Amino acid sequence: MSESIVGSTLTEKILALSTDRDKVRAGDFIDSKVDLVMTHDHQGPMTLLEFSKLPVKKVWDHSRVVMVIDHRTPSQTEKAAENHHLMRLFAKEQGIQNFYDTGEGVCHDLIAERGHVVPGMVFVATDSHTVTAGALGAFATGIGSSEMASVLATGRLWFMVPETVRIEMKGSLTTGVYGKDIALHLLRMVGTSGFDYKAVEFLGPATGEISMDSRMSLCNMCLEAGAKNAVFEPDEITKDYLNQKGIQNYPILKSDKDAKYLKQIDIDLSDLEPLVAEPYSPDKVKTAVEIEKECVTINQAIIGTCTNGRYEDIEAAARILKGKKVAPGVRLLIVPSTRPLWLRASQEGLLDIFMQAGAIVSYPCCGPCGAYGMGAMANDETCITTGSRNFVARLGAPKAKIYLGNAATVAASAVAGHIVDPRSYLKED
Amino acid sequence: MGTNYSGRVWLLSDGVDTGQLIPGQYLPITDPYELAHHALEAVRPEFTAGVQQGDIIVAGKNFGCGSSREHAAKALKFAGISVVLAESFARIFFRNAFNIGMAAIPLPGITKIVSEGDRLEVSLAEGKVKNLTTGVEISFAQLPPVMVRILESGGIIPYTSDKLKAGCGDSVG
Repeated sequence: MSESIVGSTLTEKILALSTDRDKVRAGDFIDSKVDLVMTHDHQGPMTLLEFSKLPVKKVWDHSRVVMVIDHRTPSQTEKAAENHHLMRLFAKEQGIQNFYDTGEGVCHDLIAERGHVVPGMVFVATDSHTVTAGALGAFATGIGSSEMASVLATGRLWFMVPETVRIEMKGSLTTGVYGKDIALHLLRMVGTSGFDYKAVEFLGPATGEISMDSRMSLCNMCLEAGAKNAVFEPDEITKDYLNQKGIQNYPILKSDKDAKYLKQIDIDLSDLEPLVAEPYSPDKVKTAVEIEKECVTINQAIIGTCTNGRYEDIEAAARILKGKKVAPGVRLLIVPSTRPLWLRASQEGLLDIFMQAGAIVSYPCCGPCGAYGMGAMANDETCITTGSRNFVARLGAPKAKIYLGNAATVAASAVAGHIVDPRSYLKED
Repeated sequence: MGTNYSGRVWLLSDGVDTGQLIPGQYLPITDPYELAHHALEAVRPEFTAGVQQGDIIVAGKNFGCGSSREHAAKALKFAGISVVLAESFARIFFRNAFNIGMAAIPLPGITKIVSEGDRLEVSLAEGKVKNLTTGVEISFAQLPPVMVRILESGGIIPYTSDKLKAGCGDSVG
């Protein structure tokens, strides 16, 4: 088969749009025009330091730059305060209006919620979980600080076009099963380097069954398998999501039927159940049913982070916690991911449910994902979190045990005092 | 340019994530020498006191997985590490290493021919690693030309500076 008649994957199509070429192929080295960049207060300060070494004064396009203060909020140390101050000064100097200060929310959620990212874009940010934005049909990937400094100066970046793994999904998600569980299922299958350097594309009749919140959670965690990017084709769910923000003008790209994929993984969503990753790797996955039998007592439970702090997660937690109490000896932290989401949860009475249950409700931030000013663990303590990583010392003490699960599993486990299958807790309504 | 390296080996396991290379609590730090004081402190507490300029890290699979923090690559480089050889790399660490002017070479099989403390000689141009302690040699695939150019410039900041001064916007060429 000649090269010219082989179709393109969605990632190849988006990347081709960012170049002067009609087509790009997996393995090509390309020079891409970047549509959107974001940096935050963990890697932003180093980015600005590196930018100052370049022979330019201004960023290439201030309207395409987003800056977020979300990791060390409110300024937790003098050094954090200096970093935040530096970022504010830079934004002012450069005329960067897309600046989200302390308390506005988690960067990846803000990028989507405020309509910065649309289908067909090339979006890079100084955070590994930038892949989250692939849920909206963009090519989105994480880069380091020096590379970001270079992009800020030029608006361009080189990529090797990745091969694509096709995830073909059928069936539908059952009660208590979310995008997080699809991600944990994939991690269980391929391991933490199974998607290294690869694009992951979600296709099949079941994509229409997966909410935008679950898509973001799923794309987010593909990074834990090493993916360069993860992407959903824009569909009715994407259009509805963007319509609500008044966004209608964007390319609708879809992969060609004869596109060449590295391999295909089939998933019947109907077969999935709530899954939990054990310490100390996101690919050490068992079913919640199996873990429940092991009687894993917990000291802390966390609902939040860019993996699972969205409305779907907060709402599921509220359904479980309504009229219940967090078990003695457990501290449950709930961190809605953005200010509008926090207000919605407040208006719908969900925050009252959490406070009455004995949970701790935080302002929007990244905090307990990596014990950034909250959620640190002692040695020999155990935590279950909706976060993406359970590496050694991720939450402080190296012997603290971290389990990963969906928001319903975390909420139900907080009530039980040990890790449980959440499905019986969701039925009681 | 220093595309040949010679140094003593620190041998690390599979799956060394960026949190092990530099714990999250140090991310507000931007001074690379200060970061270097905390490199690998949770998993190899003897590293920062024992590392010598030019030392080489040899590691297992998926080295540098996890966060995009450039702090991880900088902590190693400014501690004195000249080059990292690993069975495989997670992609952001791999790019970050070149972007700060430190070579990272994927080399399946390397952990089988190297022990802690061995002396290695690495030639980027020839694509060869020689274990001077045992005499065993192993070859590696050519690195992508754009990455070699970035490395030879001393990292992406000098690389982009040169391009900007020359009025060339293409990031690959």
